[in-house]
Amino acid sequence: MDLHFSDATPTTEERDAVDALLGLPSSGWDGGVRDPVRDTHTARGGHEARAMRHLLLPALHAAQSRVGWLSEGALNYVCKRLSVPPADAWGVATFYALFSTTPRPKRVLHVCDDIACKCAGADTLIADLERAVGPAYHAPKGDHVEVAEFTWMRSPCLGLCDQAPAALLQEAGPQPAERMVGSATLDTLGPLLRSGTPADAVSPPFRGGAPPAPGERRLLTRRVGEVDPTSLDAYRKSGGYDALKEAIEVGAERVIAEVTASKLLGRGGAAFPTGRKWDAVARQPAQPHYLVCNADESEPGTFKDRVLMEEDPFALVESMTIAGFATGCELGYLYVRGEYPLANERVRDAIAQARESGLLGDNVLGKGVKFDIEIRRGAGAYICGEETALFNSIEGMRGEPRNKPPFPVQAGLFGKPTVVNNVETLMNVPHILMMGGAEYAKIGTEQSTGTRLFCVSGSVRKPGLYEAAFGITAKQLLEMAGGVTKGRKVQTVLLGGAAGVFIRPDELDMVLTFEGTRAAKATLGSGVFMVVDSQTELKPLLLRIAAFFRDESCGQCVPCRVGTVRQEESLHRIATGKARGGMKGEVALLDDVGMAMKDASICGLGQTAYSAVESAIHRLRIYQ
Amino acid sequence: MRSGASLYVMDPRRTETAAWADVWLGLRVGSDIALANAMARVIIHAGLVHQEFIGRATTGFDAYKACVEKYTLEFAERETGIPGDVIRDAALAYARAPRAMICWTLGITEHHNAVDNVLSLINLALLTGKVGKYGCGLNPLRGQNNVQGGGDMGAIPNRLTGFQDNTVPEIRERFEKAWGAKIQPTHGWNLTQMFHAMDEGKLTSLYIIGENPAQSDADAHRIETRLSGLDHLVVQDIFLTKTAEFATVVFPASSSWCEAEGTVTNSERRVQRCRKAVDAPGDARDDIWIINEIARRLGHDFGNPSAETVWNDVRRVAPHMFGGMSYQRLEEFDGLQWPCADESKPGAQFLHGRLWENPVGGTPAPFSVVEHEPPVEQPDAEYPFVLTTGRRLESYNTGVQSQGYNSPLHRGESVDISPEDALRMDVMDGEPLRVTSRRGSVVAPARIDDALKPGLVFMTLHSPDQVATNVLTIDEFDPKSGTAEFKACAVRVEKAFVRHAQMRATTAVVKVAH
Repeated sequence: MDLHFSDATPTTEERDAVDALLGLPSSGWDGGVRDPVRDTHTARGGHEARAMRHLLLPALHAAQSRVGWLSEGALNYVCKRLSVPPADAWGVATFYALFSTTPRPKRVLHVCDDIACKCAGADTLIADLERAVGPAYHAPKGDHVEVAEFTWMRSPCLGLCDQAPAALLQEAGPQPAERMVGSATLDTLGPLLRSGTPADAVSPPFRGGAPPAPGERRLLTRRVGEVDPTSLDAYRKSGGYDALKEAIEVGAERVIAEVTASKLLGRGGAAFPTGRKWDAVARQPAQPHYLVCNADESEPGTFKDRVLMEEDPFALVESMTIAGFATGCELGYLYVRGEYPLANERVRDAIAQARESGLLGDNVLGKGVKFDIEIRRGAGAYICGEETALFNSIEGMRGEPRNKPPFPVQAGLFGKPTVVNNVETLMNVPHILMMGGAEYAKIGTEQSTGTRLFCVSGSVRKPGLYEAAFGITAKQLLEMAGGVTKGRKVQTVLLGGAAGVFIRPDELDMVLTFEGTRAAKATLGSGVFMVVDSQTELKPLLLRIAAFFRDESCGQCVPCRVGTVRQEESLHRIATGKARGGMKGEVALLDDVGMAMKDASICGLGQTAYSAVESAIHRLRIYQ
Repeated sequence: MRSGASLYVMDPRRTETAAWADVWLGLRVGSDIALANAMARVIIHAGLVHQEFIGRATTGFDAYKACVEKYTLEFAERETGIPGDVIRDAALAYARAPRAMICWTLGITEHHNAVDNVLSLINLALLTGKVGKYGCGLNPLRGQNNVQGGGDMGAIPNRLTGFQDNTVPEIRERFEKAWGAKIQPTHGWNLTQMFHAMDEGKLTSLYIIGENPAQSDADAHRIETRLSGLDHLVVQDIFLTKTAEFATVVFPASSSWCEAEGTVTNSERRVQRCRKAVDAPGDARDDIWIINEIARRLGHDFGNPSAETVWNDVRRVAPHMFGGMSYQRLEEFDGLQWPCADESKPGAQFLHGRLWENPVGGTPAPFSVVEHEPPVEQPDAEYPFVLTTGRRLESYNTGVQSQGYNSPLHRGESVDISPEDALRMDVMDGEPLRVTSRRGSVVAPARIDDALKPGLVFMTLHSPDQVATNVLTIDEFDPKSGTAEFKACAVRVEKAFVRHAQMRATTAVVKVAH
């Protein structure tokens, strides 16, 4: 693609797919048939046209999910419809891993080869697949490409770590179908690839953690596996929307006061006090305010938000409504990870039902409160989990983080004051309102209040999602999950995901609170608790983590763009016995590069890209 | 605009600026007055005129009102091609906006009725009181950083420094006293008049500084004849231009951007310092030095002045405009806007702020009765297309300064033609077209561009060595401003070569794509 439009035109299918989203074009200038009289003498554009830029990502999704890839003709058409320069749209389309700008089959199987799945034999599965089906997808060259019926490709973490190895099947068409596959084997994947997705494509059922131990508190997961997630009635019968009623009753200021009193800290990784964030946005004079729910859960090893959205979508809708009401937002964006088809379906459904029942819209609960939710689907970019990158992604730009300040509370989405919270954080709010902030603050510890969701995967007997009041130790969590797999020993536990740290078996008494992990120079991150047993090679996992960061770096700032490459190169040299300057030399280099990334990267991705590797080197001392 | 301002673009082509605009009004070439007067009528009928301002600060409203009454939306739609509802909406938007300004460039001024075009816009601003105050006004956007400065200095045929009329004896005497030389009591010739004087043998010697008329002016064939017929031609430039090739003497000059000290004045009348950063290469000399040396050889000793000395002389002879603008103050304030009569003054943010004083400072502003008059050369059976010329973003004038380096944006010269005409004529993108006017003929590749409307083709003067567009343009000019009608002439467009049968087959495919 170029700065100028090429002559490529969309196929009827592509045009229909985009029109289904955007409606029919209004003139020859936005992709319609040129009227030789009116269109040659007038056109509209400007602010009106630029205000449509946020539809770029949905439009690209529409085109790709119909035909399987983004042709030049489709891109041209999308650009004309939205008045986006073609070079700009190219920049966006090529930013996301799920989009293909080269011809690709309609049926694509994404096979996870990330850390959790690697521990569960993903490499063997992939080798089997290569033997049975042929090599993974590669971009074809040349103009006339025969597109096969199906293909497969490797994928970073798909968020099914408790059911590793995992895969995701996507099938483009008039009714695009998607299916998540847990505990994948060649026997399940082979037929799926060849014959496609059954019409009733669903994700494997939720496999939750153990039933709550006596006295244990389940707040966020209390409906999971218990209440029909597709029924608004069932949700209301189980106490749903009581909290929103309460919120509207007591008023916005009181809601913020309760959230502040609860001492709720953000669960996305930064642990920022939620009440403070809400208060700051509520006080901003600039209008409108926006609410953004960050459901772009992509940290390897994390699947908590997926489960919450799949199993209790109405609770998220209610939580967002409360947050919007409290902070003066009339519109909330729910940015759901692209690789989560079922979660997408469930929240879409829940929002539609809520809207129909007057629980979203211009007059929520008949109380004159205005709030609605728009879903944005990600397209495969870890970086979009960073809040400002997520704003850019919603706005139709490349998902590159912004420099801070200004902070989102001042100038976030569309340059307006924005509350951005993670799914888990928001879903605490109804419970805070129902029990009162002070009461909520009694759960957990002094500094870490409430409960925490842990994504337990790897070598444990019962992997899954576990909720526990803050204060349990790593050892207790391991016990909740049934302990280490029979016959294995804990080599290490990865806490907090790829951006987290490996801890030693002798550190399992660590208290899994914000302050406890901080004191131990570890992190809770996104609640990842991945057990690696002593029969698993750790070094390939480190390489996978390094490759992940290299791949997911947006490339905007030098420390991260270059640093993640240098880090991976160094680990490769070590792995192939070509360490430069001996192991000591490589470790010194890794430390140096790591420090540069930590100190000088724009966002958290670069700042934590060395974290896991560093812990393996200095905590586990794997290179000694 | 990022803060929400609306942009309406009136242009025969949907340019990149027009594509950025909220509304594009794609008028027919040369129908500007029909559009402006129709907008005025809409504003008057909607009762949106600024009665108080008109009564206090203007004259001639009644005659103007009577004149625009015949410019109905139906008439304007017929003449401009723009749908009447779009014209009405634009007029109402302009009148209702608390702040609005009108900016224009050569599309208004390169016409046989250039001054009338400008007056029709001034009328709109007077009608709504959108002049002389914050966020309003009339802005002729300049194509160069110092077009305004050239006029300020008196590099125009009818004014001395500071726009002082040399036919007024008191003014002339003051300058004669200051400069110790005789000033002629009559107005000089403008560019177009000079060309005509060359034709008549009245002008035989010419000194050109920093201009390339051999390639930039209309009817290039005639200009070449004129330049080669001169007894003596001196060209002073930073490049050896096509014009310089005709010269008896060439003075290599330094660039006044980074190789010389001085000032420039931008479109908002802000005088700014520019500073020398590097030495000019080779034998190139500062303009001041060259002029000083010529003067010395002609018997006038200027005393080898510096740029600052020259500037202080400007301040002395035009104190009403520049008196308060010492180099020191220009540096201190990052430039000042004229008029700035003395060093206690901050400079004038609004040129016509006086119109809002009560009573009005100076003479009231007159409405002008101006009528729509289409371009001189209308398309006919023999020359059925209108050729309009202009610029492309990445190129600059005759390309002396911009064609010498590579840019991915350089696309070379082309004949931009509407998809409708291309389809009708069975023309492929890139296919050579011959464009012929009554004055000359050139060949250039076609570029099918939906910014064009049927019957209109567009070319530029950027690559005169490859495509001498100005051999086509018409030497008709506005008697009031001396500007030639570069924006409109009638041409014939035809395929330069008969195409192969095999190529025709390919065309059929391309046509489907359009």
